[in-house]
Amino acid sequence: MSTAAIFPPGLFTYSFMQNAWLAGTAVAAVSALVGFFVVLRGAAFAAHAVPRASFAGAAGAVLVGGDTLVGLGVFSALSALGIASLGARRDQSRMTALVLMAALGLGALFLSASDAYAPEVYALLFGQIVGVSRADALGLVGLLALALIAVALLYRPLLWSSVAPDVAEARGVSRRRMDVLFLLLVALAATAAVPVVGALLSFSLMVAPAAAANRIARTPPQAMRIGLVVALVSVWLSLVLAYDTSLPVGFFVAAVTTLCYGLARIYSALRERRGALRTVKPA
Amino acid sequence: MHGLGAFFADPAVGTALLLGSIVASVSGAVGAFVVLRGQSFSGHALGDIGAAGASAAYLAGMEPLYGFLGVGLLSGLLMDRLGERASSRDLATGIVLSLMLGVGALFLYLLTERTNASGGTAAVLFGSIFTVDPSVTLPIALFSLLSSLLLALLYRPLLLSSLQPDVARARGVPVGAVGLLFMLAAAIAIEESALVAGALLSMALLIGPAAAALRLARHVGAAVLLSAGLAVLALVLGIFLAYESYFWPPVQHGWPVSFFIAALVLLEYLLARLWPQRAARRREEGAAA
Amino acid sequence: MKSALRPVPEPGGILDLSGVEAVLGGRQVLAGIDVHVDPGEFVGVIGPNGAGKSTLLKVVLGLVRPSAGEVRIAGADPRRMRGLVGYVPQSFDPDPELPLRARDLVALGLDGSRWGFSLGGAPRRAAVDRALASVDALAYADQPISRLSGGELQRLMVAQALIAEPRLLLLDEPLTNLDLRSQAEIVELVASVARERGIAVLLVTHDMNPILRVTHRILYLAGGRAAVGTVDEVLREGVLSSLYGYHVDVLQVHGRIVIVGGAEAEAVACKA
Repeated sequence: MSTAAIFPPGLFTYSFMQNAWLAGTAVAAVSALVGFFVVLRGAAFAAHAVPRASFAGAAGAVLVGGDTLVGLGVFSALSALGIASLGARRDQSRMTALVLMAALGLGALFLSASDAYAPEVYALLFGQIVGVSRADALGLVGLLALALIAVALLYRPLLWSSVAPDVAEARGVSRRRMDVLFLLLVALAATAAVPVVGALLSFSLMVAPAAAANRIARTPPQAMRIGLVVALVSVWLSLVLAYDTSLPVGFFVAAVTTLCYGLARIYSALRERRGALRTVKPA
Repeated sequence: MHGLGAFFADPAVGTALLLGSIVASVSGAVGAFVVLRGQSFSGHALGDIGAAGASAAYLAGMEPLYGFLGVGLLSGLLMDRLGERASSRDLATGIVLSLMLGVGALFLYLLTERTNASGGTAAVLFGSIFTVDPSVTLPIALFSLLSSLLLALLYRPLLLSSLQPDVARARGVPVGAVGLLFMLAAAIAIEESALVAGALLSMALLIGPAAAALRLARHVGAAVLLSAGLAVLALVLGIFLAYESYFWPPVQHGWPVSFFIAALVLLEYLLARLWPQRAARRREEGAAA
Repeated sequence: MKSALRPVPEPGGILDLSGVEAVLGGRQVLAGIDVHVDPGEFVGVIGPNGAGKSTLLKVVLGLVRPSAGEVRIAGADPRRMRGLVGYVPQSFDPDPELPLRARDLVALGLDGSRWGFSLGGAPRRAAVDRALASVDALAYADQPISRLSGGELQRLMVAQALIAEPRLLLLDEPLTNLDLRSQAEIVELVASVARERGIAVLLVTHDMNPILRVTHRILYLAGGRAAVGTVDEVLREGVLSSLYGYHVDVLQVHGRIVIVGGAEAEAVACKA
């Protein structure tokens, strides 16, 4: 098989593809960083709900003739705050469902009122390579920088609050505050990922790579690194495949990341079995 | 307000009301346990997966109901088996949803391409209760009956294993099997409501009335019935409002029924929250009875 | 969450509660608690379930505002003195898939409350090793926490609290879920470390027997009121009966103390 078939001309040279590479890389990095905490906190539902709900914001923006990215951002933040509003962790999946439902209801309304713009809005459902402009891509790199700073700042207190919330609370790390900040971080990642990967599937970048990493890694920094690598490789592979086949990026991202997770599970199961035969459990 | 006579005479409305009520009552009943068990994500995920399955079915030109149910049952099985603790269950749900949605997104995309109309996707995602084929009424009724019977059969062991899994195990209740069977019953209820009215509606009917009922009712059995009732109420009112909205100025366009039902269900929940809180202890006493 | 300068403890005491009352959910949980704890003192907080022991801990931690009275840690407001207090929670039930080693868990206690991330380095690693050594956990320092037993995790939580060099250590029901031997081990461990370093200890438990040997004084909580003093002073029928509000018997069985409720009361506070 010739390299031209896998890497056809234009994959790296077309301007829109260069934007896509830039945007995709930025999105993968942001999603992996935030995804580490998503999996740590068992917040997979929130990671799904926030981008899904943000789609309604884009539909609303189209309706009033505004910028879809702004619509995405606003609804991401609003749904994140809505989910955080109840506070109690036990209730959170219920609250997440209600917030998502409210957003989707509004989205249905906005969509029905403006079907003239449907193609642009539906592109946000599946993700489009073609849709990303150079300005958008650079904007995403900016969001990546923002996310890097946020994660760097939040790392210690959020880690402690996620692992041992009672002790962290006793030492002054407010569980409530960390929850809100975490969800806003998810909103940030959602706003970045939706234009590239689509509202339906951007959450798979936040969940599967980090979940795979957690199975393999032994320490948190290691988990973050592995998650980052998995996310980057997944997005790059998906871009190539999407370019070759003209099918949506979102589909490939979901498929590849899920595959990675499956492989990680198999690997860790094998490692367990091998390890169990050799080590003696400490007294 | 337009004449009620015209409303009831319209055949599309008749089908919508009948099918919708059947589906709403089962969703509401099942939903009480879904919310009680903290499985709202699974409930939502199954609805989304169902919608993706429906688009695949439309594309393949085959009867969507069985495709829905098959995919739904399979997904429910995977979600249940892949994770045991609460947080790893949500993770498992997320992974399964991701995979299924990925495939579904592919089909949805192809469908949009092929039919060249946004209407197809909107219908699948947000509901098409007014355009559903009346011939599915019988299969839907039968599957609803099946799901309800399963729920009735599972009621006591499910209640105990949801509230106190350790006690249940100690008494010999097969907690794992009960959980799986419940997931399958829920999948049936969710998939058929997704088929009839779209993913959004499916979730709205499953979670909203249940969340409201759990706050209002004194014990879980009452909550199950109340939840079913609230779901049917929201559905009927929603259909009525959607029908009326066609005649509202300025646009002779109509508002989507899923919007109304979602809004009504949310309203039900907010009103339930304002209701003076009963002692949670009383509910648990009643539930253990 | 600012890193506090370590103040010198007031000569008065490491912990002072005067007239502390707490109302939660309409219920009077604590009704006038007075206690003064000196540096290095071991105080066992005992009493039946629901007596308000956990609330007392939360008041000391500054997480619950007393409705009346004052709480002082080294003479200052508890919320400002968080750096001086180590807390070991009742249970720690981690996700089995957590990518965290024993030493990582302990290291969180060093600077987990500060913004940013730590850059590692030899001094940090040495501090973690020291903390692990003090609880006898060096052997499994690099094990993933999912592989550790309840007792081992308990020790790690103690190490996590100790690594920040607290002057006051709070333990919330550390003995539940442990077998008798592990209970004795952890009590001995905490007592000896505290003695070595002059750390005051407040250990909450509803079963008093494992700590009777090591505790200097006990704070017996019943119905929101407390009796404070040595074991002999407090564990007497007269004192406890007036606390409970009905007659209780204090029995000695093979060197262990059992409190039994009177004929009027259905609730039997039986400890064995």
